[in-house]
Amino acid sequence: MTLPTTPSQTVGPFFGFGLSWADGPYVVPAGVPGGFWIRGQVFDGAGEPVPDALIETWQADPQGRFATGDEPLDAAFAFRGLGRSCTDPRGFFGVFTVKPGRVSSALARAGEAPSAARARLQAPHVAVTVLARGLLNRVVTRIYFADEPAANAEDPVLASLPDPSRGATLLATPLATPLATALAAAGGDGYRFDIHLQGEHETVFFDF
Amino acid sequence: MSPTESPLGYRRDPVGTQPPLQSPAYGSSRLRAPRLAPVALAQTLTEITGPLIGASRVGPSDPDLTRQHAEEPQGQRIIVHGRILDDRGRPVPHTLVEIWQANAAGRYAHDGDQHPAPLDPHFTGAGRCSTDGDGAYRFVTIKPGAYPWRNHHNAWRPAHIHFSLFGVAFAQRLVTQMYFPDDPLFATDPIFNAIADERARQRLVARFDLEASVPEWALAFSFDIVLRGRDETPREDPAR
Repeated sequence: MTLPTTPSQTVGPFFGFGLSWADGPYVVPAGVPGGFWIRGQVFDGAGEPVPDALIETWQADPQGRFATGDEPLDAAFAFRGLGRSCTDPRGFFGVFTVKPGRVSSALARAGEAPSAARARLQAPHVAVTVLARGLLNRVVTRIYFADEPAANAEDPVLASLPDPSRGATLLATPLATPLATALAAAGGDGYRFDIHLQGEHETVFFDF
Repeated sequence: MSPTESPLGYRRDPVGTQPPLQSPAYGSSRLRAPRLAPVALAQTLTEITGPLIGASRVGPSDPDLTRQHAEEPQGQRIIVHGRILDDRGRPVPHTLVEIWQANAAGRYAHDGDQHPAPLDPHFTGAGRCSTDGDGAYRFVTIKPGAYPWRNHHNAWRPAHIHFSLFGVAFAQRLVTQMYFPDDPLFATDPIFNAIADERARQRLVARFDLEASVPEWALAFSFDIVLRGRDETPREDPAR
């Protein structure tokens, strides 16, 4: 016997006063060695920035462990795993984080030996929820890192894309110089990851 | 964890439950809903884990939206309560529930809301609480007003309270809206009606709850939320 689930509705345009957290962007505390910003812009199908989107991220720590609260991570710093950022008037979001470790992809194929599970490690990635006025449900994508070509080449999710040419929409690009944004703060140069809800460069979104 | 205990992924929502992203009657979806089909993703640890966020994010005045300022807000005081469950009816304990809403006049405390209705200096309209061990939550607030928007001629949103939930997994994340019984604006609201299944729509309508109403103080509405549950069907290890 299962209960029918509750439908989603749009987050609407006026969520900022309810859902912004002062520490929202900090997946790891400011100043953590190796910490960097992932920043980007959200665009609509006309190429206009989306100033009323909420971006949330979820990822493993550098050792590939998740901060699920089941057991404390013996990390040198507080690792929340979760990032939350409202886009600014120019559509920019930002989360301050560290690069996640590699995580097994074996879950959906239960019943095989752990060695086979290890053989199918995913490339470092960050799961992303996008909520916005105009989206009746969240859309989900992933951030991969353009400077991890070897790991990306053997990632089973990237390999499963029906149109491999769209894989580039999932790559965060290392930045040579810090991006000037309203979210500017201390941190490394970081990465750029834009999200196109529609249009020629529409981001790959996932269904699961 | 032995291979035979490997948990499986989260079950999908029943067909007709979730509103399609492309819902042209909702004008804002036209340039924002993705046009390409989403790519099927086999769930991994990334999707079946999630942040366990609860009481640590809740301050003393967060669950009572009528006591966040020097005086009480204008409007009909109400209690909104219910339980957060998974689709097997199991409670989701100690999880954060975030709500936000317009004031009694139908105006949000947000710079972007320029609807010419009064702001209430004694009402912000944002609340948080954590579910207890049985998945139960409870807010005290005021009944939000309906408000006009520019989606179509003479468009008005039914009164609603926004809800945000994490559950225990990335796969369970849900943002939705709670409506009030018998609202005459349901028939013309493209956001509510984007949900194809009438029974699914009705699951967003709170139930008037006389029993939980407090005499001479506040009416109560009951609103349960059901999140996707995890498929835990045991599997035999074919190698054994």
